[in-house]
Amino acid sequence: MVAPRSLKNLVSGLIFVGLGLAFGYASLGYQVGTALRMGPGYFPLLLSGLLVLLGVVILIQAIAMEADEAKMERVPWSGLALIMGALVFFGATVRGLGLVPALFVATFMSAFASSRTGLFGALAIAAVLVLICVAIFIWGLGMPLRTFGPWLGF
Amino acid sequence: MDLIANLGLGFETAFTFHNVLYCFVGVLLGTLVGVLPGIGPTGTVAILLPITFTFEPVTALIMLAGIYYGAQYGGSTSAILINLPGESSSAVTAIDGHQMARQGRAGPALVTAALGSFFAGSVATLLLAVAAPPLTRVALQFGSAEYFSLIVLGLIASIALAHGSIVKALAMIVLGLLLSMVGQDLFSGTPRFTFGFFELYNGINFVSVAVGVFGVAEILRNLENEATRTLLVKKVENLWLTREDFRRIVNPILRATGLGSALGILPGGGHVLASFASYSLEKRLARNPREFGKGAIEGVAGPEAANNAAAQTSFIPLMTLGIPAHPVMALIIGAFIIHGITPGPKVISDEPALFWGVIASMWIGNVLLVILNLPLVGMWVKLLTIPYRMLFPAIVGFACIGTYSIGLNAFDIYAIAVLGLLGYVLVRMDCEPAPLLLGFVLGPLLEEHLRRALIISRGDPMTFIERPISAALLAVAAIAIVLSLLPAIRKKRDEVFVEED
Repeated sequence: MVAPRSLKNLVSGLIFVGLGLAFGYASLGYQVGTALRMGPGYFPLLLSGLLVLLGVVILIQAIAMEADEAKMERVPWSGLALIMGALVFFGATVRGLGLVPALFVATFMSAFASSRTGLFGALAIAAVLVLICVAIFIWGLGMPLRTFGPWLGF
Repeated sequence: MDLIANLGLGFETAFTFHNVLYCFVGVLLGTLVGVLPGIGPTGTVAILLPITFTFEPVTALIMLAGIYYGAQYGGSTSAILINLPGESSSAVTAIDGHQMARQGRAGPALVTAALGSFFAGSVATLLLAVAAPPLTRVALQFGSAEYFSLIVLGLIASIALAHGSIVKALAMIVLGLLLSMVGQDLFSGTPRFTFGFFELYNGINFVSVAVGVFGVAEILRNLENEATRTLLVKKVENLWLTREDFRRIVNPILRATGLGSALGILPGGGHVLASFASYSLEKRLARNPREFGKGAIEGVAGPEAANNAAAQTSFIPLMTLGIPAHPVMALIIGAFIIHGITPGPKVISDEPALFWGVIASMWIGNVLLVILNLPLVGMWVKLLTIPYRMLFPAIVGFACIGTYSIGLNAFDIYAIAVLGLLGYVLVRMDCEPAPLLLGFVLGPLLEEHLRRALIISRGDPMTFIERPISAALLAVAAIAIVLSLLPAIRKKRDEVFVEED
């Protein structure tokens, strides 16, 4: 067993092989058919096979190639969690709370994701952004979105 | 002459108050995102796309096109002033442009960039108007087999010119194609890969894909290392060229316009390649090549003209064949489809006002851009002082509202989060997101034409090789992939792109 030297190739290769196998497995659940009468599973199965193949090539490169040149940057875990949280929060509450509260929390969370923005800075950024967004999207473009939703008694 | 009548129709369409206004909004936004590092035209178009759904199709396309070529202008401003290219094709401009700025010649550098871009943009737009109709006549002869091969060529060509690992780029294309399979099968109506989610029956929203892999992934990437940028030039003066400067830039601009127009037609980052190619050409032809890298005005004029010419001619494959040459084009295809227009050779005959209106608007847009970029350059300089930490929450907010407003569907927002995370992980592993998006947009077309071609040929896959046009297209695709894998070419290709990072 040779230790893989390129971590980037190792991880991306595993991702591609994994996704290829997952899609391929799911494709088998659909009718595959023949080249003349292709079922819904035919083309996805073909693509899945190709993706697994390419993933394997990348894995081989991971062992054969020279090591990654640059050291990888640190993952911004808290920022990542905050941005993902902001998106999920917006999706989950925009109908119930309405645009203004959902957007306020979402932009606040994203603003706070920066290590250079403090609590009050993030609140200020969120407030200004909500104002700008309401001005552009609701007043300007007339989008049919509720500003405050039923959960707040509107 | 047909061309004049057609352009007359185009200007009639483009010169309405409404369309000029949105052309202006488009180039203004384009310049804005071009100037600001950290958000590019692809993310912007993706976020603003839903807003344009309420517009007339021609207005929507005029504005989206404006964002795209406007970003090419804006990118040069931040490249010259802060040595941070807002757009990848401006990376070359930064080399000599920023040196000029350090020598106190920011004004002439900006004028050169604007004039070069304007000239090249105008000429390339004319080329687009001349070349598009005959190309569409060829495209109308295409059957399903030809279309399948053409899409394969488009996908392959887009990675042959990109930088980084070819195998990874291929894998990203295939992953994009697979993601586009989610949803109901076109022929039988069977839901595929929906895992019981009813929301997935119509497929993954492509705005979610674009915003996720370009917008969110890019934000996360920037959060890794929050650097502050320093503004070198607080005030730009002397916005004119001396006679000597003028003499020096004429020939580079003329050469770059030709070079850029030709390379722009190639799918996949033609404008980036064009600016690099023009730079090395000018360096080779220069009487004093040592000056390059130390503030040679030719090194600003050439690449800027080349990338703008390429930005215009990259509309040729889009308008005639319906094949995108750039991720932004892929999004514009989505805009066509949402407005009920099938992009391809029929657009020119079915929607002449739209086709010629968009082309005519590019001239108007180029004029507006010169006005926006020269007298108002002070305003852009001020904008550069807005820190990124205030910008990206706005990007998140706009992305949420924009995507949600398409179908009032919270699922599309969750899709952004999932795809953003996937995109971020893959970008960290040096896999580029552009091929994934191209694959995602072209996937359904590819499957449809493959299945149709095989039904026509009674299941014989030889049809793709027996039909001459299809065989030629596949041969070019095969040559492209073999060439890009050859060690000698790989090395050259790495050299071309090495300065971009």
